[in-house]
Amino acid sequence: MNAAGRLVRLAEHDRAPVRFSLDGHASDALEGDTVLTAILLSAGAVRAPEFGTEPRAGFCLMGACQDCWVWQEDGPRLRACSTPIAEGLRLLTAPPENWP
Amino acid sequence: MSETPPRVVIVGAGPAGIRAAEVLVAAGLRPTVIDEGARAGGQIYRRPPVGFTRTPKQLYGSEAAKAKALHDIFDRVSAEGRLIHRPRSSVIAVRDGVLHVLEDAALRQLPYDRLILATGASDRVAPIPGWQNPGVYSLGAAQIALKAQGVALGRRVLLAGSGPLLTLVGTQLLKAGADVAAVLDTSAWRRQMSGISGLAARPVFALRGLAMRARLGGRYRAGVVLEGIEADASGPVAVHWRDAGGRNRRTECDTVALGWHLRAETHLADLAGCSFAYDPDWSQWLPRTDPMGRAGNGVYLAGDGLRLLGSDGAERAGRLAAAACLTDLGLPTVSVAADLRRLARLDRFARGLARAFPWPAAMVRALPDETVLCRCEGVSVGELRQSVAFGGAEANRAKSLSRVGMGRCQGRYCQLAGAELIAAQAGCAPGEVGRLRGQAPVRPLPVGACLHEG
Ligand code: FES
Repeated sequence: MNAAGRLVRLAEHDRAPVRFSLDGHASDALEGDTVLTAILLSAGAVRAPEFGTEPRAGFCLMGACQDCWVWQEDGPRLRACSTPIAEGLRLLTAPPENWP
Repeated sequence: MSETPPRVVIVGAGPAGIRAAEVLVAAGLRPTVIDEGARAGGQIYRRPPVGFTRTPKQLYGSEAAKAKALHDIFDRVSAEGRLIHRPRSSVIAVRDGVLHVLEDAALRQLPYDRLILATGASDRVAPIPGWQNPGVYSLGAAQIALKAQGVALGRRVLLAGSGPLLTLVGTQLLKAGADVAAVLDTSAWRRQMSGISGLAARPVFALRGLAMRARLGGRYRAGVVLEGIEADASGPVAVHWRDAGGRNRRTECDTVALGWHLRAETHLADLAGCSFAYDPDWSQWLPRTDPMGRAGNGVYLAGDGLRLLGSDGAERAGRLAAAACLTDLGLPTVSVAADLRRLARLDRFARGLARAFPWPAAMVRALPDETVLCRCEGVSVGELRQSVAFGGAEANRAKSLSRVGMGRCQGRYCQLAGAELIAAQAGCAPGEVGRLRGQAPVRPLPVGACLHEG
């Protein structure tokens, strides 16, 4: 699955693994990865677009553009570039069904 | 000191904020430092998460000693309990001497007597056709990904824009083993040379820049015009550009990072009531202060959020702002003459850089109507042009008519291009179309946070 990812790891390979899920599929990251890094290592985008047709993959990585907010199956949305990945997070690239 | 010590709050824990804190702590105050990062350091000296193992030398190169000195002083003072560090916190509004701080998904109020804003800068980005595609990032993003996460943003990265960060990120990526497709600088050689007189103020810095240029070899091209990003459903496929000789070129890549120097982060200064002036060298509105960074009303500014002097300038400006704050509190302070002199020198140098690597005004003015201008909401260049024809050449009016500047990023990445396009329509200079007024909240506010207000 990592073949479809956007990012490439160049350094810091030696960290503990963290498991999370993305759109219901099990996925792996390393401790210290941001949610954005974790998602984009195996996917091309972090969320579906709300305007236009292009999916979103973040832009600034410094909390300034707000492009990277992702949904969780439960709980509040997360700003992917500034939130560390955590064991058991269940992330969604599109709003959950019960989204108003 | 009076019975209740003054409440001094510093926003931002980059070079300016850290040095400001150091000066206040040395004077016996216990400032609160609010920062969005998990660890103090700011952007340029950003620290990777705990558990990462690259050395400061690997992370910060020639600036490693400076980075380490800043991290160490902050960690030490913080561990000694001589300041209150509130990491992962965002100030989203300033009103009547009270900061509204979003932390742990709750909104808290923090009254202050004195406020030092060291909010830094973000990339100054110009839109190019296709930049709304996933896999197009800011130049700063490419550097943060490498430094703080050890990743390249793609398999084959093309960097475009202008300014010192462009070549720096290019060489850093190469060194880390990334595939850099090209480094396209929109500033022409002749233009770059004209800034040289200013650069003579910092010969080592200037030489380092040339050495980096050499390391990039044929990947580096000056004087290019960016035509646009060709993309498929998964993102960029190639960048189309014209070389200095006017020939059409196409370079394949899967990732693009764009940046034309920096844009000062001034939202909070605006909400705190600072006045602004248009700076033609930097092609943007910057807050006004005295040479120490005093903005009035107990507010002080320092670092790239005030003047884009880079990290060395930010350290000095941070010290000066804190010294001004101490003076105004009637407390003894350190001598400032050397810092003031150095800052003036750095300002000359930085203005030289700004002129050598300018904002691509002509390229923006020539954008086709269908180009996306606001990547948050997909508003096109043509829509903004129409709103000017309809509502006149004023930035705030054009914003409310076209929605350019109203999206998630609150205009951070579109307002300079927007002003350029409005000015082009009206036949005036971008400084004449007015400044977008900052609005709270400066960060999106989760609905739940309001329920925890207190
Ligand atoms: S990528 Fe800009 S806020 Fe996360």
